[in-house]
Amino acid sequence: MVDHTGPEIDAATGVSTTGHEWDGIRELNNPLPRWWLWIFYACIVWSVGYWVVYPSWPLVSGYAGGVLGWSSRESVDVALAALQAQRGATLQRLAETPVEQANADPALLAFSQALGRAAFANNCAPCHGAGGGGARGYPNLVDDEWLWGGSLAQIQQTVTHGVRNADPDSRQGEMPAFVRDGLLPAEEVPIVIEYVRQIAGLDVLPDADLAKGKEIFEANCASCHGAEGHGNQELGSPSLVDPIWLYGYDRKDMTETIRNGRGGVMPTWVERLDPTTIKALTIYVHALGGGA
Amino acid sequence: MTAIVVDHRKGKAGPGPAEPPPGDDAPLYEARRKIYPQSVSGTYRRVRWIVLLVTLGIYYLLPFVRWNRGPNAPDQAVLIDLPARRFYFFFIEIWPQEIYFFTGLLILAAMALFLMNALAGRVWCGYLCPQTVWTDLFLAIERLCEGDRRERMLRDSHPLNAEGVARKSAKHLLWLITAWWTGGAWVLYFADAPTLVVELATGEAPLIAYGAIATLTFTTYSLAGLMREQVCLYMCPWPRIQAALTDEDALNVTYRVDRGEPRGSLKKAAALRAAGEPAGDCIDCGQCVAVCPTGVDIRDGASLGCIQCGLCIDACDTVMRRVGQPERLIAYDTDLNIQRRLRGEPEQVRLVRPRTILYSAIILLVGGIMVYALAVRSPVGIAVQHDRNPVAVTLSNGDIRNGYALRLVNKAAVETTFLVTVAGPADARLDIVGGTAEAGGAVSVTVGPDQTRELRALVTATPLPGKETSVPVAFRAIDAVTGITATVDDTFRMP
Repeated sequence: MVDHTGPEIDAATGVSTTGHEWDGIRELNNPLPRWWLWIFYACIVWSVGYWVVYPSWPLVSGYAGGVLGWSSRESVDVALAALQAQRGATLQRLAETPVEQANADPALLAFSQALGRAAFANNCAPCHGAGGGGARGYPNLVDDEWLWGGSLAQIQQTVTHGVRNADPDSRQGEMPAFVRDGLLPAEEVPIVIEYVRQIAGLDVLPDADLAKGKEIFEANCASCHGAEGHGNQELGSPSLVDPIWLYGYDRKDMTETIRNGRGGVMPTWVERLDPTTIKALTIYVHALGGGA
Repeated sequence: MTAIVVDHRKGKAGPGPAEPPPGDDAPLYEARRKIYPQSVSGTYRRVRWIVLLVTLGIYYLLPFVRWNRGPNAPDQAVLIDLPARRFYFFFIEIWPQEIYFFTGLLILAAMALFLMNALAGRVWCGYLCPQTVWTDLFLAIERLCEGDRRERMLRDSHPLNAEGVARKSAKHLLWLITAWWTGGAWVLYFADAPTLVVELATGEAPLIAYGAIATLTFTTYSLAGLMREQVCLYMCPWPRIQAALTDEDALNVTYRVDRGEPRGSLKKAAALRAAGEPAGDCIDCGQCVAVCPTGVDIRDGASLGCIQCGLCIDACDTVMRRVGQPERLIAYDTDLNIQRRLRGEPEQVRLVRPRTILYSAIILLVGGIMVYALAVRSPVGIAVQHDRNPVAVTLSNGDIRNGYALRLVNKAAVETTFLVTVAGPADARLDIVGGTAEAGGAVSVTVGPDQTRELRALVTATPLPGKETSVPVAFRAIDAVTGITATVDDTFRMP
């Protein structure tokens, strides 16, 4: 602070100073307009209103709830109800239309794809991938091979009840653990693998005993995978003659599959998703590209 | 506080409080000095009336202008249809993805502002700015209700009597009606105007319409009625920017110091002249300050508070005519000319300068680009987005398939059928979920009038030869009736 007796006038601007000085820099007194001050006070008063009507101060247990009783949870509920109301008529129509007809109706197709995309991202993407590309052990939904069938009705059945779970209507069928359970001697596994590799079009060891392998295949594998290895959608047994492999196709992967079996599980969704959402999911998954 | 010196306190108009004693005892906040602009007539006043009538006329009436666009589009000439995400301007219809036209408009607006500034200073502030136009309108209402400057000052210097209360009430009522009408006209740009007027009158309009009207009533009433010059002095950034953009050749409302000084009363000037001493033409009557809507004294030179409306020119011309002196003691002029005249050189007005040429060139270029873009704008649009996860998938027969989100845009006012084809890998096949397969590998898709449709497109081909991992792919949509085509490129990838 500078000691002064009268108002000091800054020579350059002709404006008086406040008398405050820091390191030789003096502060000009250009007052703010008074209306600005009033608005500032009004804002302070206004903010007190917030304490009264909205949740504000933390208390010993809980918090001051505000006279409006507003909460973010209720706000979400209201927004969700509004969303349902907005979907209203189309959602109702989708609920009442069988899945095949809905798939053929352009409006319902577009609606289901949008609804299904959101439901897929929330429920299916963790295993099947954001775009349905699948992962090792989790089937790819974009290709044209289907373990349990790619028609609308088959997809709807699979989504509704899942695979190999406690739901009595779930898809059942398992690759047995041939060696672990003593169904096949361990030394026969490499022999049958070479045969499977041959029918799949993969490379085969030059000294492979393919005749023996065929014999083992027909005795143990053909009942589910078919005599020519085309698989069976009733049992969820995959085709062995196409380039799509859920658990990999090198000899180590195939040995593991035959020794200890495979049996991926998909949960039942009937308890978690409403039938209309499942219908939309069905149409969405069908449209991903693999639908038959 | 800031170092910008807005010393409008120097002005002599108004009976404001005496300069407060500065220093530690001075108030921290400045009381507003009330301004009582006097009415004036003349060239610039006439220009301002015309601009006011034209701009406000457009603003209030434009929503009611009709424009026939056929059965599937609104018939309002200017309409911002937010729910449907369309902007209609006479024969132009803008979709949200064409928002770049607004970017062009903003660039044009900025360049027009700069050009105006380079030619004649704050033309925008003085004549065109909504704050100026509405303030002018509100001042006219004030004058209608309360009389001119002297009458208003006299009334405010005494305790209010019944007549004063009545006059002030009438003024505020008229202000509120004008402000309400301003807000009311605003919302008409966002919905069918005649329908909305009826809905507003019967109380059936959406809440947001009433809210917008209330907000704009409040802002118009407070900004144009109550705050007026405070907006220009304290709230508006343009005076600050303008000061940095201007140059010495820009014409500004200027007090011709060379002619006016030394100022003094007629008697004093006559005495000086009789004594053979120089005397200026300015008779120091203060009319230029009395008519100023922001209360500045133009004789102090250019200032942040001066919006350059030219009213002081009109006021001074009137006085000069009366005392038998030539007009334009205050005029659109430059400081350079003042100095030239003082040196006895001829005046110069340089409107064509590098910066005015540059601004004009940018305006022509951007305007030209926009006109061209509008002219070649296609009613058909196509966009494609490749699946990101998975980018490609192997099918059971070994073929490779890529998925795409395909978006077809139909800007026509009728339902349109498109034939979509794909070109890329030699044996590429196209499937579209929801489309119909046609001869030659094309897929037909129908899109409703003025709509877009997103479709899932699948392209299948045998694996690419060699070690190729991707090839270009082109989607083409042909309007089956008009033959107008749109294409978009992407890639086809191996897993």
